[in-house]
Amino acid sequence: MSLQKREKDLTVLQKLYIPEIVKGMALTLKNMFRPNVTLQYPEVRFEPSASYRGRPVLVQENNGVERCVACGLCSRVCPALAIEVQAAETDLEKERYPQKFEINMLRCIFCGFCEEVCPEEAIVMSKDYELVFKNRDEAIFGKDKLLVPVENLKDRLEFLRKFK
Amino acid sequence: MSIWEILIISLVKILIIVVMLLLTVAYSVYFERKISAWVQNRVGPNRVGWLGLLQPFADVFKLMFKEDIIPTAANKPLHTLAPFIALFVAFATYAVIPLGPPVELFGYKINLVVADVNIGILYVLALTSLGVYGITFAGWSSGSKYSLLGGIRSSAQMISYEVSMGFSVAGVLLMSQSLSPVKIVEAQYGWMWNAILQPIGFITFLVSAFAETNRLPFDLPEAEPELVGGYHTEYSSFKFAGFFLAEYANMAIASAMIVTLYLGGWQVPYIEKLGLSYTLTTIIQIASLFIKIGALLFFFIWVRWSIPRFRYDQLMSLGWKVMFPLALANLIWVAALIMVFGL
Repeated sequence: MSLQKREKDLTVLQKLYIPEIVKGMALTLKNMFRPNVTLQYPEVRFEPSASYRGRPVLVQENNGVERCVACGLCSRVCPALAIEVQAAETDLEKERYPQKFEINMLRCIFCGFCEEVCPEEAIVMSKDYELVFKNRDEAIFGKDKLLVPVENLKDRLEFLRKFK
Repeated sequence: MSIWEILIISLVKILIIVVMLLLTVAYSVYFERKISAWVQNRVGPNRVGWLGLLQPFADVFKLMFKEDIIPTAANKPLHTLAPFIALFVAFATYAVIPLGPPVELFGYKINLVVADVNIGILYVLALTSLGVYGITFAGWSSGSKYSLLGGIRSSAQMISYEVSMGFSVAGVLLMSQSLSPVKIVEAQYGWMWNAILQPIGFITFLVSAFAETNRLPFDLPEAEPELVGGYHTEYSSFKFAGFFLAEYANMAIASAMIVTLYLGGWQVPYIEKLGLSYTLTTIIQIASLFIKIGALLFFFIWVRWSIPRFRYDQLMSLGWKVMFPLALANLIWVAALIMVFGL
C-alpha cells in the first residue's frame, strides 16, 4: 500500500510491538486497582456545591410571603422564554406581588440569568436536579412548586452575596 | 466394565462438562463486564443478586423474551441454522480436553476426559475450522451488507490464522510425539512446559487463538464502528444469544487448548516431591487446570480492554508476514532442540 511517510518513524523497539503492548496492558492493570468515584444513585445522592445551578425557585420569607415584587425582569431576560409573571397589588410594604408566576421547565435552560438580574434576590437557582414529569402540563411549575423557604436556600444566597 | 457402565460414566462426564462450560461462559460474560468496568474506573453490574452475580442469567432471560426477527431478505433455513453450528462447534470441542490425571472412583478407573481419542488435536483443529461456517452462513444468509462483510472477513481471517496456528501446534506435536491431548499433557511433566521450551510457538499460538475466537484486537468480523454488529447484525433474541454464548465458549476452549498444549494442562511442577496423599495431589492438579484456564480468560478480557482493533490490511499482513514465518522458525527451533538434546 502506498501510505504517506510518517512524520515520526517508529524505533526498532516500537516496531517490535510487544513492548508497547506490555506498556498499554500495564496501564490498564494499574487502573483496575484505582478507586472509583461512582455514586450508587438512588441510594446515594450527589450533594451539589453552592455554585450549582439546579431548578430555579422563588424565595419564601419566614412569614410565608414570597420576596418577589413581580417586576418582570426575569421574564424579560430569560433567553428561553420560560418565565411568565403576572403582577398584582398588595397591601404589604412591597406593594406588588406576582399573582401568577410560572416557569416552564421544558423550556428552562438553567442559565441563571433570572437569578443574576433579580433586584430582590427573590429567584435563585436551587440544588434540585431531579426533574420528573409525566406530561407537558406538569412541566409548567406554578407558585405552589416554586416557593421554597429561605432557610433551605441559605447556601445559595450566601454564595450570591459573595460572588455576584 | 460393561457397555452400560461405560455409557453411564460417559454421560455423567458429558453432563459435568456441559454444565461447567455453561457456567464458565455465563461468568466470563459477567467478568468481561466487571473487568471492563474496573479498567475504566467504573463499578460494573452490581444490581442483580449479590455483587451482580446473577447478571448473566438476567441477560439471557432478557434475550429469550425478545422478539425473534428474521429479515425478509434472509435465507430462512441457513439463517436459523447458523447460530446452532456456532454453538455446536463450540461445545463439541471440549470433549477432548483432559481435566486431570486418571482417577479411581467407586472402584472404576476413570480418565478425566470425555473422549480420549488419539487424534484429539486434529479433532480440535477440524472443529475450530468448522466454526467459521457458522459465522459465514450467518453473514451470507442475513441478506445484509454489513453481515456479509463481517462473514467474509471472518472466513479470510480464520483461514489465514489457522496456518500459523497449525504450524505452532506442529512444534508441540514434535515434542510430545502424539496427537492425543492426554499424552501431550503427560509429556509436559515438571517444568517441561511447552511455553518455556518454545516461547515463540506459544506467542504465535496465543495470537492465532485471539484471531480464531474473533476477540479484540482481531474482532474484525464484528467491528462495531464499521459493520454495525458484523455477522450478527440481523440476529435477535435467542439466536443472538447463541452467537454470544458461542463466542465466550470459544474463548473458554481457546484458553483450555492453550493450557493443554503449552502450560502443562493439569500438571503442577514437582508436586510429587511434596509427599502429599494421592487424593490431595489429584485435587490440586485438577484445581491447577481451572486456575490456569481462569487466568487465561482474564488475560483474554484484559487484552480486549487494552489494545485497539487492527485495521484489516494490518491484520492480514501480521498473519502472513509475521506470524507464519515465526511459527515456521519455532518448528525449526523445536527440531533443533530434539536433535541436540534428544528430548
